[in-house]
Amino acid sequence: MSVFFQFAYLLGAVAFILGLRGLSDPKTARKGNMTAAFGMGLAIVTSLLYPLDNSPDNYIWIIGALLIGAAIGWWSSAKVEMTSMPQLVSIFNGLGGGSAMLLAFVEFMNLLQSGSTHKSLSLLTILFTLFVGAVSFSGSILAYLKLDGKVKDKHVTLPQHQIINMVFMVVCIAVLVYAFMNPSIMSLSIATVVCVIYGISFVAPIGGADMPVVISLLNSVTGISAATAGFLYNNQIMILGGILVGASGTILTVLMCKAMNRSLVNVIVGGFTATGAAAAAGGATDQGDVQPTQPIDVAILLNYASKVIMVPGYGMAVAQAQKYAKELDNILSKKDVEVYYGIHPVAGRMPGHMNVLLAEVDISYDKLLDLDDCNSQLNDTDIVLVVGANDVVNPSALDDPSSSIYGMPVLEVWNAKQVIVFKRSMKPGYAGIQNPLFFKDNTKMLFGDASKTLKGIVDEIKTLD
Amino acid sequence: MLSIYLLVFAIFLGFELISKVPSVLHTPLMSGANAISGIVLVGSIFFLRSADSSDIVALVIGSIAMIMAVINIVGGFAVTNRMLSMFKKKPKS
Repeated sequence: MSVFFQFAYLLGAVAFILGLRGLSDPKTARKGNMTAAFGMGLAIVTSLLYPLDNSPDNYIWIIGALLIGAAIGWWSSAKVEMTSMPQLVSIFNGLGGGSAMLLAFVEFMNLLQSGSTHKSLSLLTILFTLFVGAVSFSGSILAYLKLDGKVKDKHVTLPQHQIINMVFMVVCIAVLVYAFMNPSIMSLSIATVVCVIYGISFVAPIGGADMPVVISLLNSVTGISAATAGFLYNNQIMILGGILVGASGTILTVLMCKAMNRSLVNVIVGGFTATGAAAAAGGATDQGDVQPTQPIDVAILLNYASKVIMVPGYGMAVAQAQKYAKELDNILSKKDVEVYYGIHPVAGRMPGHMNVLLAEVDISYDKLLDLDDCNSQLNDTDIVLVVGANDVVNPSALDDPSSSIYGMPVLEVWNAKQVIVFKRSMKPGYAGIQNPLFFKDNTKMLFGDASKTLKGIVDEIKTLD
Repeated sequence: MLSIYLLVFAIFLGFELISKVPSVLHTPLMSGANAISGIVLVGSIFFLRSADSSDIVALVIGSIAMIMAVINIVGGFAVTNRMLSMFKKKPKS
């Protein structure tokens, strides 16, 4: 009988693999997601029915928990604005890690009751799962709070934070070793608390444009916690599913780091915010004046342009300005103006964030230019509209070694004939640094909510025919 | 020991699967993979099924662990599907 169930698990595992492969190609992504979800459903049903000797089953509790969790998950995913997608993924990820942490805790209590705790392999596995799960849990929660703007980088970053983190890591290991040598509810509770604090401290110094990398990293950490929990139950699909996520998450993290021309170590050590604050303080002065402009003037400029590139950023997402971008695109395309979109790999709060938003309003895929394509086209572009992007168009990344984003490839929009920057105010971007682009001769600033200003341009340009 | 083999092979498999992904899919991929990491749910099912029915503490903690994992799974797959449904219409140019 149990062979049948093992086979169902195998089928689920194959579905995970096919699902992940599907997800890595635009043509099959949706089917891939469905396939993975099917594999998950199969794994859940199999686990519910798997024959266990003398088990009380507690199906009432299980069904109750399944229904509550499914309702919350479904509701929050249906309700969320596309803008806050990164936060939501971060929260979901934290819950997965938290689940592994709690499981490790209760399995430890089981082990205590059975009296077979001493220095067993199970105990080691439990403590490792606890550690990894706790770090993923609290780290993701802090990442959520940071992305949501509820916690600012400077509030949680301490001086010499890298050293603090290293000390914390050592304390963590020490506490875990202590819990291994002297297993008790007390020692485990202390270990749990220390691990949770370490997770917070680990994410604290990481900020700015590095946030997507952290989410991806934490995602892979959650996968690892699921896999080690799989060893506790000697369950193959948990091991395989968890490790697939752990490995693919690691690769994805490295890909993202490459897009920013930084190493993973560099991101984790978190030089970003530390130097960022200093650069902001120093860079705010002596930049000259900016040239403000009005929607009507931009409309006239656009009317006589032949090639326009829009560079969207997080500001566009916040203002929900993508629908007006599409409207403007339609009008300009009718006037035979070429319209493209320059997509920086880390624009927004997540890689691919902008692609999702633009796809939402049916902007066709072949109008989206990646970093290199966009930069090679900028020289013969008449107008660049920077809609809510900031750090990804900052020239300091190329010419100011003291800048915290120095070395990051950026969209060199200043090579175009004219740049219009849509911005709410002169406040620095997410990285907290000043942008010399705003003070260049061929840059004009269009202040206000991007949704309103873009709509204003659309209205004006309609009257120009 | 077989599980260790599985672990090592799964690492290679994971690396191979994701080596070439267009950046447009980074977010959905991350979110889809995130949903898969909710597989820890299977552990909570086995824990609850074999937990002593009179041990309320274990049942409550186990149920909370389960709710968290289910949110991760259902929310993860649903939100990924929502993102991907936006890519559905292909340009006809």
